[in-house]
Amino acid sequence: MTPFTYARASDAADAVRRGTANAAKFLGGGTNLVDLMRETLERPAALVDVTGLSQGIDLTPAGGLLIGAAARNTAVAEHMEVRTRYEVLARAIVAGASAQIRNMATVGGNLLQRTRCAYFYDNEGSRCNKREPGQGCDAIDGFHRGHAIFGASPACVAVHPSDMCVALATLDAVVHVEGSAGARTVAFADFHRLPGDRPDLDTVLAPGELVTAVELPPLGPGARSAYRKVRDRASYAFALVSVAAVVEMRDGRVEDVRIALGGVAHKPWRATKAEAALRGRPAMATAFAEAADAELAGAQPLRDNGFKVELAHRTICAVLAGLTREAA
Amino acid sequence: MSIFVNGQAVACPDDPRVSLLDLVRERLQLHGTKKGCDQGACGACTVLVDGQRMLSCLALAVQYDGRAVTTIEGIGQQGHLHPLQQAFVEHDGFQCGYCTPGQVCAAVAMLDEVKRGVPSYVSGDITATGIVPTREELQERMSGNLCRCGAYNGILDAIAEQLEEAAK
Repeated sequence: MTPFTYARASDAADAVRRGTANAAKFLGGGTNLVDLMRETLERPAALVDVTGLSQGIDLTPAGGLLIGAAARNTAVAEHMEVRTRYEVLARAIVAGASAQIRNMATVGGNLLQRTRCAYFYDNEGSRCNKREPGQGCDAIDGFHRGHAIFGASPACVAVHPSDMCVALATLDAVVHVEGSAGARTVAFADFHRLPGDRPDLDTVLAPGELVTAVELPPLGPGARSAYRKVRDRASYAFALVSVAAVVEMRDGRVEDVRIALGGVAHKPWRATKAEAALRGRPAMATAFAEAADAELAGAQPLRDNGFKVELAHRTICAVLAGLTREAA
Repeated sequence: MSIFVNGQAVACPDDPRVSLLDLVRERLQLHGTKKGCDQGACGACTVLVDGQRMLSCLALAVQYDGRAVTTIEGIGQQGHLHPLQQAFVEHDGFQCGYCTPGQVCAAVAMLDEVKRGVPSYVSGDITATGIVPTREELQERMSGNLCRCGAYNGILDAIAEQLEEAAK
């Protein structure tokens, strides 16, 4: 690691003030940033520890939940309001990492995870536009079975690694951020970026902006939700494909549905085409398959990850079948 | 500024680059905690912080000022083994032993999580607070600790026996 200074922020305003220092980084649980610093992929001159900021999980006046960015992943997954009302979120969190890491990792840090693309990590031996803009990408023609099938660019085919964020995409969460220009909110769907020609930028955060909370709007009273993750081993691995879904049924029809895919794009991939194809239709296997077709028609797999298209299709259908059976 | 390691106050390192793992191993000469991958992939460095299991390799020591850290040396000592350590011995829960301190620390905290009702990926009803610690549950909950000797069956047998003992 290159040398850096360390300070604990006393509140969000203090954090933002300290965060404007040259090459400062906010530090949460450290489960990603410390590793990246050890590999010298991140070289902050100053770390501002924000784990002392809000860890609250509180009801909002609108009837939703406001989760402080410093809340640990475990604390969110075990919170009874989350388990009873936002099952997809609790399920997605416990699908990620290990218990040890979930005890350390914060909600804000989870949103800001960097990709696990092996070429991004291979500082010495590989080209990577995310690490070094303009350098080139060795993943596009390399070992890329884990890489993107949606939204990639000639500059970057990396995927976002988070499980939690896939759930948040289906919940239409709102990200609260604070910077030197003041506080603002960002719709979750707009928070992460597609790579385009700037794969070094993962999110729309301005330099020095801090994530302070994630807000969950209330779900309809009959809504059911689920998360399913497919990976190379049974546990403690990143997703090849994952599916988060929220379904509201009425009289055997899918009144409303929200679907997001993980492991397939540079950001949690909201499957809006599948949603549109399914909304209002009877909950039947053919309708699920056609919804999956509608989304996956737009997939652009690489040489060695075409299997993800079939895998995503099956997983979408399985999750929808399970949810509509429960909700009927 | 101090960190309390196994009840003893230890000064926070001046250099913020020092990990909690290097603090206990290199500065306190507590060599029970192991450095496996040093990147959060193996669980060998698992310690307890205020009773919760964490990876000391990904923890900057300065972040743990004022916190209570328990390493394997704080869980059991030669001649005074923790019952779970004794169970590991009796059930062949290790071969080379390198992952064992991390496995034992993780298992001690895991049993508390089960008691607390923390859900896991394989939990059926996510809202249930009474966790039934099936073999599948134990496997999932211990999946953050790798054992390259493959002593997993012995490890699970040892933990399952502890659960039975605790239920008596």
